Amino acid sequence: MNLRIVVRGVMATAVKDIKIYYKKPPVFIFGLILPTFLFFAFFVGRQLDLEKYYPGFLAMALFFTASSVGPLIIPWEKQAGTFERLLSLPVNIPILVLGDTMAGAGFGLIISLVIFAAGALLMPFTMTLVAIAALPLLFILGNLCFAALGVLLSSPAGPVPSNIMMLAALVRFPLIFISGIFVPLAEMTGTARTITMLSPLTYLVDGFNHALGNGGDIPLALDLLMLMAFTVVFLLTANYILKRKSLKGL
Amino acid sequence: MKSFNIYRGHPKLAVELMPAIEANGLTKLFGEFKAVDDVSFEVPKGQFFGLLGPNGAGKTTTIRMMIGVLRPDQGSVSIMGISMDKEPLLAKERLGVIPEVGNVYPDLTARENLELFGRFYGLTKRTREERASALLEELGLGARADDKIKRFSKGMKQRVSIGCAIIHQPQVLFLDEPTEGLDVQSRRMIVEKVNKMNKAGCTVVLTTHNIEEASRLCHRVCIINHGKIVALDTPERLSSTFEGARSVEVTFDRVVDCGLFSAQCISRTEGEGNKLRFYTSDPDEAIDRIMQVRDEMGLTIISLNTLAPSLEDVFVKLTEMGA
Repeated sequence: MNLRIVVRGVMATAVKDIKIYYKKPPVFIFGLILPTFLFFAFFVGRQLDLEKYYPGFLAMALFFTASSVGPLIIPWEKQAGTFERLLSLPVNIPILVLGDTMAGAGFGLIISLVIFAAGALLMPFTMTLVAIAALPLLFILGNLCFAALGVLLSSPAGPVPSNIMMLAALVRFPLIFISGIFVPLAEMTGTARTITMLSPLTYLVDGFNHALGNGGDIPLALDLLMLMAFTVVFLLTANYILKRKSLKGL
Repeated sequence: MKSFNIYRGHPKLAVELMPAIEANGLTKLFGEFKAVDDVSFEVPKGQFFGLLGPNGAGKTTTIRMMIGVLRPDQGSVSIMGISMDKEPLLAKERLGVIPEVGNVYPDLTARENLELFGRFYGLTKRTREERASALLEELGLGARADDKIKRFSKGMKQRVSIGCAIIHQPQVLFLDEPTEGLDVQSRRMIVEKVNKMNKAGCTVVLTTHNIEEASRLCHRVCIINHGKIVALDTPERLSSTFEGARSVEVTFDRVVDCGLFSAQCISRTEGEGNKLRFYTSDPDEAIDRIMQVRDEMGLTIISLNTLAPSLEDVFVKLTEMGA
């Protein structure tokens, strides 16, 4: 495979997605408004320690924003009739999956960095050198991982975006309740903890807890490794499904 | 059997003589249904090639396999000598595709669409900008270049679609019913542009229902029915294949009975009143017979035309035969 064409295809796909899908209403609703509402629903009127829960909220915001673009792209393109044409360009399914993931990760990165900056202004964090080194990795891996999840959710899609947005909501909502955001990981035991360990979001929440001075429950290296492993699994699965379903609904 | 490479030692000649498109034994199954069955043909460089067939004949599936959207179950495709199976990205770089519906991004402007497609083909920013501006002018969209596509008519969208397909100056261009349902102006503009590109050396594959258009534009046509090739030749030769479909049309000065003209050289007579059409494999002999009846009956001929079968006649006959 020609690496030059692959890199070019990934970048062109990401640019296309950024130009078209960042401005779509479902991305705003599911990527920005929803996590904001969840934050207010959880914190307002309760005597909670914001510093303790902030890493979880940051992870939740990143999770929602990074995974909001991916579910939209493929069904929207199939509905508009541009997906088949896209396949006739010098791209293939892995290139499209990577390009869509890059676009989702870019959106998540921008928003999560804004939230991080706002948090840093409101409550200065105490960070170790290791944490400072880990933070960029957590942002990059977290965004790539959840953007890939978004693309995976849309990979079996036909030409009806609302079906996939519903599926995406069904998958994403339970994840925030089993990932140590609202109930700290250290307080979980037995089956609840086992289930929690199956969620990729758990490792991002724990990683942010390490990096922002709250102390994590899982080794930081394992958090990073698991995020990487989930990213690879999501990308490979999305690629596998999309190869089989690329012409569905065309 | 031992095969010989006749181009050995003459690589330049091999490139010159290499066909632009080579389809070998293309077969595609959807479950039990064989949509395309062992389709093979070559399109030489610079040829305007038509792919005709009734709805559901397998044209779109064949095109999808040729442009790399669908993988054949059997067989192979090469574009400019590059295997679509082994090097799909390199093969796709050499082709442009114009689908039936103007499939462009409605949220982008016409210029942004063209430049986006140019990006996929690796054009530099400057080249993208220059070519997009030039193409939009040429396609009559200069004044609307920075308007969003969602506000465009179907014909305008299709013109943008063509711009997107040719911004990288492809060596091979696939058009899937590009003028279907368009206004006369847009249709003419598209046909002129594609014709101009063909004259400049671009190989064109046109899928259409418009037989008259195919007959006028194509150097060679391939008729597909039930997933199989039923005819492949120049429009003229295909028409002449159906000798029995040639006819002589005569208008007399008064009403004549068809039965008077029965002869071995006339296979069938159609018509009513004073205008009759005689189907024959030998127009000369048929005219002799018509003249004989004219003299016997004291008729006067007002007009006489010999008619060759049109490509449409051939198409109907071939697709009816396979039905």
